[in-house]
Amino acid sequence: MHSRRFTLQQRAPIVMAVLCIVITIVVLQLWLLTASMDAYLRGDASTLIPAALASLVCLALNVGLLFHLRRLDA
Amino acid sequence: MNREQQEGGTTAPDGRPAREQPRWRRDFPVGVEADEYVSRRDFTSFMVLISSAFACGQLWIVGQNAWRERRGKPPVKEIARLSELPVGASMTFHYPSETETCVLVRLEDRKLVAFDQACTHLSCPVIPRVAEKRFECPCHHGSFDIESGRPLAGPPRRPLARIRIDIAGDKVLANGYV
Repeated sequence: MHSRRFTLQQRAPIVMAVLCIVITIVVLQLWLLTASMDAYLRGDASTLIPAALASLVCLALNVGLLFHLRRLDA
Repeated sequence: MNREQQEGGTTAPDGRPAREQPRWRRDFPVGVEADEYVSRRDFTSFMVLISSAFACGQLWIVGQNAWRERRGKPPVKEIARLSELPVGASMTFHYPSETETCVLVRLEDRKLVAFDQACTHLSCPVIPRVAEKRFECPCHHGSFDIESGRPLAGPPRRPLARIRIDIAGDKVLANGYV
């Protein structure tokens, strides 16, 4: 469906936009990981599970965006 | 010819068919736009792989924390005798396991403090400087307060892990972490 709508010139900025969003989410995940490691080493366990859930949500978003890209090329 | 080639990837500027193009163009038929498109798409895939690695790391921390909580409270262990440790002196001991080195300092007659000896920066062993009321990490010149273990200077940002000390007669006992 998408392949009929978008040419390569139109898909290129979509890929760029998706790439920017994915990078932003990965940076957020990196921050979550460092903050969680810091909390774990400090002995504070209260934030570990929420941070893990947030990271999994970020991963799900990224996988969804990747599938969207794959569908563009299908 | 695939879709990317049809859409500007390989169409030559002069519009002639591929067999009439010079050899270099036949050897490298993919256009810049198509090449950039594929490389950015693949880089996005790689970033999603990184994202999954971060999520796995996050789950690993949760697992480590669950394992730490399952181990329970460290045991009470005799680590020294008061009569053997004069005021102002320090000694090392192993607690809670034989692989974890800690340091005990006698500040006053009945006041003793004990901390994990591993610096919270990069785990170098800290050295007690009782006269200066601090622990010093020789690796990167980090300093910790000798009474509370909080960082005073240098790269460490977290306090030293403090061990609860009980005194029973002449015995000095380690009794878990504060």
